[in-house]
Amino acid sequence: MNKAKQTIEQYALVVEGLVYGFTEDKLLFDGLDLAIPTGEFVALLAPSGIGKTTLFRLLTGQLQPIAGVLHIGAEEAEKTEKAIGRSMRIGYMPQRDSLMPWRTVLDNAVLGLELSGVSKHKARQQALELLPQFGLAGTENSYPHELSGGMRQRVSFLRSMLGGSSMLLLDEPFSALDAMVRIQMQEWLLQVWEQHRKTILFITHDIDEAILLADRVLVAASSPVSMLHEIVIDLPRPRSYDIVLDREFIALKRRAMELLGRGSLPRES
Amino acid sequence: MNSSAKAALKVGRDDTQDVSSEINARKATDKQTHKPVHKQIRHKLLANFPLLAFILLLAIVWEGLTRLLPIPHYIIPRLSAVLQSLVEHAPVLAKHFVITLNESIIGLMISVLLGSLCALLIDSIKIAQRTLYPVIIASQTIPIIALSPIMVMWFGYELWSKVSVVVLFTFFPITVNTIAGLRAADPDIGELMRSMGASKGDLFWKWKLPSAVPHFFTGLKMAATISVGGATLGEWLGSEAGLGMYTKRASNLLQGEAVFTGVLLLSAMGIMLFLTVQLIERIVKGERRY
Repeated sequence: MNKAKQTIEQYALVVEGLVYGFTEDKLLFDGLDLAIPTGEFVALLAPSGIGKTTLFRLLTGQLQPIAGVLHIGAEEAEKTEKAIGRSMRIGYMPQRDSLMPWRTVLDNAVLGLELSGVSKHKARQQALELLPQFGLAGTENSYPHELSGGMRQRVSFLRSMLGGSSMLLLDEPFSALDAMVRIQMQEWLLQVWEQHRKTILFITHDIDEAILLADRVLVAASSPVSMLHEIVIDLPRPRSYDIVLDREFIALKRRAMELLGRGSLPRES
Repeated sequence: MNSSAKAALKVGRDDTQDVSSEINARKATDKQTHKPVHKQIRHKLLANFPLLAFILLLAIVWEGLTRLLPIPHYIIPRLSAVLQSLVEHAPVLAKHFVITLNESIIGLMISVLLGSLCALLIDSIKIAQRTLYPVIIASQTIPIIALSPIMVMWFGYELWSKVSVVVLFTFFPITVNTIAGLRAADPDIGELMRSMGASKGDLFWKWKLPSAVPHFFTGLKMAATISVGGATLGEWLGSEAGLGMYTKRASNLLQGEAVFTGVLLLSAMGIMLFLTVQLIERIVKGERRY
């Protein structure tokens, strides 16, 4: 990694030599290294079935790696007693919105705060302040079934943001939305990210989405994943969807497609 | 990119203002609160008109056939005679009605407690799932009617023998539906909560339990309708009062009108209990949609 001079504290996430598989002979990750500096937006571009969800579970502490070390924030979280601490540090946004249908927008948004012991009143106040920014002003007392798909995803994102974690993991959050809404949500996410600059690991299989949003795109093309190809996206910010037609964007996209294509061939030893 | 496409892609702030008005509009159309009350009633009557007409038709056919054909009154009494008997014996019937209703409600409440408890045990403890669940399922192959006399032997001719038969009838639907509800809890929400550091208690109170609410009420509604059957059977086996006892005695005396009066009242009681549970369900759920 070209930022090797940075100390470990400046990284939101460092993964070293991660090995994991559901069975010993069929590994999903084989010595994977990954480092994300604080405040960076990283997209992980991978075809389906490569073990994205498993990676999330490893990062949120629901699965224990066979070998390797996960550093989250400044903390080394390989010891089991720190597993809870690790969970608190990573805000996870699932693929489906997974809102509780029996809770209002506001009560859904504060779930993370509530579970970390913040008083209900304080948590609600905090969420209420953020609703307008998330395009949800006036919806605090609505139930999820009254919202559109895009709005539900924004509630889900707000819920992950409010968890108080230093880093967000977004698992294909827009894949279930139709094309127009997805573009709206991508532009909206760019706006919100501009304001908060949270560290984000965004998993997707949409090449345009990855390049549009991220500072850096990591491509996992072959299974088991032992290394990630890196594409640095030096497109200027703030960005809007218009840039997908720019020459630079298309060049980056071509490179990403090449990397994905190369991976589909059998790995040379 | 042309300008109209750009406008369509504009995000965030632009639709922020529209959101609340859009929601309010949806709520308004959902509830139709703007309609005056008498129009709502008229609307309901119109919607239920086919049902009402059908019931009226059945009543006319009943009355007509029993008048035209030489059917003895102890086989099928005339509807008019049944209604007459209902009015004449209203005070006595009311007393029996309350007794049977009381047995049904107490039985239901015991089933709710026992059933929910069993469901919780089975869902949360592996060993209970391996032992208790198969036994509860298998127990349903026992014909409850055959078991009911034992309840009379155990609990005598007082209230509790009837209540115990009601519990036998209603325990199963409540338990099985509540288990189904606990299992239907969205695993993605559970995983999300765990990633947020939720404790076992959090998972139960904030995820499992609310998820089970709709299934629980499905079970309770089924139980409410069959509870009356349980109470009636209990009274047949041995009782001094109640509508079940009333119909049995009337049947022994070949009083067709009285039997039909009792049956009508029992079914009315079942409907009443069902509607009550439905009302409680609506109050509990409020505006939420599961």
